[in-house]
Amino acid sequence: MDSPDSTAAIERIYREEYGRIVASLVRRFGDIDIAEEAAGEALLAAVERWPRDGVPPNPGGWLTTTAGNRAIDRIRRESHRDAKHQAALMIENDEPHEPTGIVEDDRLRLIFTCCHPALAPEARVALTLRLLGGLTVAEIAQAFLVPETTMAQRITRAKKKISAAKIPYRIPEADDLAGRVNGVLAVIYLVFNEGYLSSSADASPIRDELTAEAIRLTRILRMLLPDVPEVTGLLALMLLTEARRPVRVAGGELVPLQEQDRGGWDRALIAEGHDLVRECLALNRPGHYQLLAAINAVHTDAPTAGDTDWGQIATLYSQLYAVTPSPIVALNRAVAVAELDGPEVALADVDRLALTSYHAWHATRADLLRRLGRSAEAREAYDAAMACTDNEAERAYLTRRRNQLGT
Amino acid sequence: MTQYMLTVHGTVDDPTEVDMAEMQPIFEAVDKVNKKMMDAGIWVFGGGLEPIEVSTTVDNTGAEPIITDGPFAESKEWVGGFWILELPDLDAALQWATEASKACAGKVEVRPFQAEPA
Repeated sequence: MDSPDSTAAIERIYREEYGRIVASLVRRFGDIDIAEEAAGEALLAAVERWPRDGVPPNPGGWLTTTAGNRAIDRIRRESHRDAKHQAALMIENDEPHEPTGIVEDDRLRLIFTCCHPALAPEARVALTLRLLGGLTVAEIAQAFLVPETTMAQRITRAKKKISAAKIPYRIPEADDLAGRVNGVLAVIYLVFNEGYLSSSADASPIRDELTAEAIRLTRILRMLLPDVPEVTGLLALMLLTEARRPVRVAGGELVPLQEQDRGGWDRALIAEGHDLVRECLALNRPGHYQLLAAINAVHTDAPTAGDTDWGQIATLYSQLYAVTPSPIVALNRAVAVAELDGPEVALADVDRLALTSYHAWHATRADLLRRLGRSAEAREAYDAAMACTDNEAERAYLTRRRNQLGT
Repeated sequence: MTQYMLTVHGTVDDPTEVDMAEMQPIFEAVDKVNKKMMDAGIWVFGGGLEPIEVSTTVDNTGAEPIITDGPFAESKEWVGGFWILELPDLDAALQWATEASKACAGKVEVRPFQAEPA
């Protein structure tokens, strides 16, 4: 009965349920290590029993109960009298120990712990993927191209800080919530972007396990915080970006938006993304991710690149610049300006930006110079762009464009 | 509950001659925060330290104790003062540190004390 199929099926269920199981055990026992170990033991029990007895009707519940029992067994075995005493109290009392914030959910609590500002940013990403995404340390290490021992140390150090400094397992108070949600969204978006456009030379250009995980975590977050428009905005942004993935790389080369085969876009994701953007518009509390989502909605609304409503895109970028006054936003606005007012006006905007180490700045300049027939300068700009990126698909695209230049 | 140490750092860039009139509002703000901490029942101890030049280092790890003038290591930053507060968790400590930093017009570092061995 123990066919590879059933083991794979159990592992899939386990990964889907992992965040919920661990979060519930962390809340109950107040200790991440106990939670992770017990969850691992529950998986072993499932692999042993499910192929024989069949998958239980509520596999997630079964895993959580089994893991909880294993954790209690372990705590009973522990030798420290104090720890034993304290744990015994927890076994007696399955209720949350702290007054809960405005929303109650174990996973939500845990994601706020994982993304706590007192942890190093790279540790926040790793912990979130480990504890809520259920990725193994080896998988996370591979995703971020660091040795497994480095990633294991990073995660261990972060868990130690959570425990020693007493970073709480709690939804932040209402005063803090908005700022802390933004921290969580930033971590998830980082995971998504690392998957969508890898910054590393050795990885494949798009790593869908990271984009998929980021979307799944944001869906959970939206379920838990339905009234925070930026959460909805981030989900819409990621869906509309993900929708273009199937045609974003062709023959190992990055295909820019304008040249993509729009028939290859995922219409279901686009429809869902557009619904979410409309929901944000109705709330009328715009923010960074919502505006980015709206820009992507305008792009994905156009049947062909020529139909793009560049006026609206430029307006949205201006609004985005008001919220996030970064030179990168100004650079993207210049791309829309090139379509509206011509490449010369756009080039003047671009040249004012201090982004000389950013590959997209050079690539945008190169494209504008090419359109202005200034081939020699365009070639230099393509070379500069290539010097600033390690992403193979992007380099392939830039190389082709440079080689197409006339003299 | 955990005890947290909130430290304020002095640096080489600090003026050596302190203008008392300029410092007065900071003293008042710090007194106010101190009072607030005491009223909240979280105050364990706190105070400002004399300048780093006044420090003395004792090393009794070898055969004979060695007493030297000056700090343990040459540094551009050192502890200038601190609070020890009894608090439920890091979020509470960070909130107090936010107030303390505003009051003393300096960066505040938050560190928990080691738990008592069980």
